[in-house]
Amino acid sequence: MTDLATSAPDVSTAAAPARTGSSGSAWVKWLARRVGLAILTLWLCSVLVFFATAALGDPVRAILGKDYASSPERAAALAAELHLDQPVIVRYFEWLGGLLTGNLGNSIANGFPVGELVGDRIVNSAVLVLISAILIIPVAFAIAMISANYRGKRTDGVIQVIMITLAGLPEFVVAILLVALFSTTVFHLLPAVTIAGGGAPPWSKPASMILPVLTLVIAVAPYVSRIVRSSLLEVLDSDYVELARLKGVPERIVMRKHALLNAIVPGIQVIALQLAWLAGGVLFVEYVFSYPGIGASLVDSVRNSDFPMVQVLAMVIAAVYVGINLVADVLSILFTPRARTAISS
Amino acid sequence: MSIVSPANLRRIGRQRRLVTGAVITLVIVLMAIFGPLFAPYGENEIVGKPYTYEGSFLGTDYLGQDVWSRVLYGGATILINSLLATALGMVLGIIIGVVAAYWGGWLDEVIMRLNDVALAFPQILLALLVLTAVDQPSWYVIVLLVGVSHAPRVARLARGVALGIVSRDYVTAAEALGESRVRVVLAEVLPNMNAPLLAEAGLRLTYSIGLIAGIGFLGFASNPSAADWGYMINENRLALLVQPWGVLAPVIIIGVFTIGTNLMADGIAQLSGRGD
Repeated sequence: MTDLATSAPDVSTAAAPARTGSSGSAWVKWLARRVGLAILTLWLCSVLVFFATAALGDPVRAILGKDYASSPERAAALAAELHLDQPVIVRYFEWLGGLLTGNLGNSIANGFPVGELVGDRIVNSAVLVLISAILIIPVAFAIAMISANYRGKRTDGVIQVIMITLAGLPEFVVAILLVALFSTTVFHLLPAVTIAGGGAPPWSKPASMILPVLTLVIAVAPYVSRIVRSSLLEVLDSDYVELARLKGVPERIVMRKHALLNAIVPGIQVIALQLAWLAGGVLFVEYVFSYPGIGASLVDSVRNSDFPMVQVLAMVIAAVYVGINLVADVLSILFTPRARTAISS
Repeated sequence: MSIVSPANLRRIGRQRRLVTGAVITLVIVLMAIFGPLFAPYGENEIVGKPYTYEGSFLGTDYLGQDVWSRVLYGGATILINSLLATALGMVLGIIIGVVAAYWGGWLDEVIMRLNDVALAFPQILLALLVLTAVDQPSWYVIVLLVGVSHAPRVARLARGVALGIVSRDYVTAAEALGESRVRVVLAEVLPNMNAPLLAEAGLRLTYSIGLIAGIGFLGFASNPSAADWGYMINENRLALLVQPWGVLAPVIIIGVFTIGTNLMADGIAQLSGRGD
């Protein structure tokens, strides 16, 4: 389940370049502005994360649960340990300072430093997302090309209906159906959970990676392919494609050279947004498959009211999103000659 | 360009995706509303041993309650909460988007910058952040979280649509007549936005169902003993191997529901000319 409506490319405003100065300094200016915006966004994210977790509810009550009423001493001790006696603003800046200097605090659930707990998990999640992304891109482009090739015909219609159907399904529904199909109920081919013994990374058992990756591909590829298809169709209707056809360029080459290359730029934007969306999907997927990544860890931490963990993991996810968007903006400028000259002239 | 004019009704009838989606959605909605009347057992009635095929055809769950009866009971909360969350998200998002587009200037800049911050988090994460500090979420907390997490996404779309309208002549004309800004928004801008927003509402409903069921699936429930499609999956997931129906029945029904609403949203989008 991902977000189609928000995936409309937004480079035009965010990346509006300054038209002054020499080409080199204009580039530096544009990049500096873009990076500055990214840092501002991240800082606002930190405000949101801290206040949503620490200021809206009652941390002590949430951590102690049913024990809250029965042992006021424990509640008081915990409040003191969390520095709840200090004003929220002071706590925020202490937390932000810790975040920036790498002092992430200790997990409330087990007392280990948060940095130690999340390190491996970030790598595990990154591997899962990267493998999925590497598969999603060609799959989505291939489906889009077939669909655009048979536009308006039966093949296109069937593909579209399948894509809409898959696009509507929440990730956990896809994941559980795949588990039932391939590992527990119908066939018994693949492992249903990712168990890597003794700290070995999950990809040391490749078979256990198949279903999590497949879930993400099924959840995200339909969106990307629909966007790529509509931008392909737009390009196929354009004058230069018409001209290429009139010149007698074979349809196969028109599709590959004229249409596909021009559909890549909007594709990059969408894929970037979808990668960020993968983070939301990853959370469910990791939880279903007990995959040792940040998503599963986040769900556990939320249930244990483990604030330091939740805050750090949320900031990691936000940072990845902001970073990916930054890279996508830069890439789409580089791939769009018009925008490139607008910056450097 | 109202969607439900007589001339449009025929076009709607020809829109197969819209009709299919609407029929599927209607079936699930009726099931969620009237299901309890047809349930063979009570919501919390113990009909046999846990995870066996006693009771009616789908067997029993982790406490020995009848799975089929709980499926029939468990739709109402998801249905109502998703509708409310969608409505809340649409209203908030439209207000934010239209204000940004119509007032423009620094206000637009600030609003959209803050919007970008909210967009940096997957919707489920925004909800989880707040659930960290809440011991047992009330139903309205969940509605509020899901609704608010929709708002920035709706706002982005609404702003784009509104930008195309505020520069039209009839808006300028209304302004020239001395209409107040609020009146211009209510009388000129909003009525002309309805088609794309309706499609967006359908899409948002799909996501609301997924998010609310997902929050239940992750183990957050306002009333853990009540039947709820999302939470049922969480209750029974460890027994997927022994008694799959306790998990599969709610999973399938959530899937069918979202397929229905998504087809419907796509059909509306096609009618309003956003799709092709």
